[in-house]
Amino acid sequence: MSKPARAVPPDQAAVVLRVLGATALVGVVATVWLGLFVTPPDEFMGNLVRLLYVHPPMAWVAFLAYGVASLASLLYLWPRTREAHFDRLAGASAEVGVVFTGLTLASGSIWGRPTWGAWWVWDPLLTTTALLFVLYLGYLALRRVPGEFHVRARRSAIGALIAFIDVPIVYFSVEWWRSLHQAPTVLNPTTHKTYVHGSMAWTLLLGFVSFTLVYVWLMAHRYRLAKLQDLEDSEGLEAALAERRAEAVAG
Amino acid sequence: MLRDAALVAGKDLRIEIRSRVGLNQIGPFAIAVLLLFGLALGPDRQVLAPASAGLFWVAVLLSTVLAVQRSYAIESTDGARDGLRLSGLDPAGIFLGKTGAVAAQLLVLEAALSLGVALLYGAHLSGALVLAGACVAGTLGLAAVGTLYGVAASGLRIRETLLPLLFLPVVAPVLLAATKAWDEALAGTPGRAGGWLDVLVVFAVLYVAIGIVAFGSLLEDG
Repeated sequence: MSKPARAVPPDQAAVVLRVLGATALVGVVATVWLGLFVTPPDEFMGNLVRLLYVHPPMAWVAFLAYGVASLASLLYLWPRTREAHFDRLAGASAEVGVVFTGLTLASGSIWGRPTWGAWWVWDPLLTTTALLFVLYLGYLALRRVPGEFHVRARRSAIGALIAFIDVPIVYFSVEWWRSLHQAPTVLNPTTHKTYVHGSMAWTLLLGFVSFTLVYVWLMAHRYRLAKLQDLEDSEGLEAALAERRAEAVAG
Repeated sequence: MLRDAALVAGKDLRIEIRSRVGLNQIGPFAIAVLLLFGLALGPDRQVLAPASAGLFWVAVLLSTVLAVQRSYAIESTDGARDGLRLSGLDPAGIFLGKTGAVAAQLLVLEAALSLGVALLYGAHLSGALVLAGACVAGTLGLAAVGTLYGVAASGLRIRETLLPLLFLPVVAPVLLAATKAWDEALAGTPGRAGGWLDVLVVFAVLYVAIGIVAFGSLLEDG
């Protein structure tokens, strides 16, 4: 490396990140408080509805994270935009995505047990989400294979795209296979009726916003970590080279 | 590109015919899987016959992992991979050749396995055209994804465990669509399999296209 990068990010970025983290935390706490204590139980679902303030936001974050990872991978593969930070962004985003996919599956399962009478049903959305979970676990495993930076990055980017292209095919084939997931209830276009009212709608909206902030915060930290790791790798190599050279001169 | 593909496929198939690894290992493995399914589900033909399409395709999927690993194992010794890289052959041709060779071996295996499900599970093989169509399109998709991930994983020390993890979730739609197409054919309603065959064709075309574009850089990197 001709230009040594700074090991510590500029102060401004650190401050922004800290403010972001604090805002995300406040948002999540407020969502929990509103969801558990302020909002009324639902007419049909009772207290179960409280799970719906966190489940859709988690699913949204998971899909957002995979979208960002795929876009970053595509940008890395495109020769004109081939920059190391797109690779790190893809990795960081996919990792957060996998965590939120796991949370989505768990919270959905907890909701499904009393609602559908089973922890798991073979419905298109659930099945697609579960396959996404293993698809991206595979992607993360591929990323973890050591190797030269650009080799690893290109391999991972192609892996990410192979996985991403699979998502619509999986979804449509599974949907065709069977369908019983509850239609999205917030805005149901067939009845033109909004099912979520007042404080419930605000809580859900707050859930979406604060979970998105959590995603950005986690991803930014993961990205920074990846950057520091790369820096450590390259500086470690340079230090070893310098040591070896010094030995050769001394010997 | 097609000439290069034929060369590579010819080379791989010649090696297979001479070494007989496919015949001596992958074939028996697939039969063992069929027998194990029988043991897992019990001897009741009322249970086995309706499940035979799915069991057939799971056996094919597992065998594909072995066939792909074998396809790259023959490139791993004596610097064969470097030879392939330096041969001046079109990378897209190499991809098509290796995919074609894997697909050809799998199709032979599928012919044997379909007799196996007829014999062991009492499946009634009807709608031959749909069965064969699903095999050709499905196998092409499986071989293309396998070859693509195979080259990404080959040369890595952890390839044996990495390849199945990468490969199996991606080919889930093939398992689903091919099983449904076979279900319809075996149930005597092959006319209703059309949509599932389309899924298989779309999958195969997409991944063959990605392979043609991406294989070169994966081969270079490894």
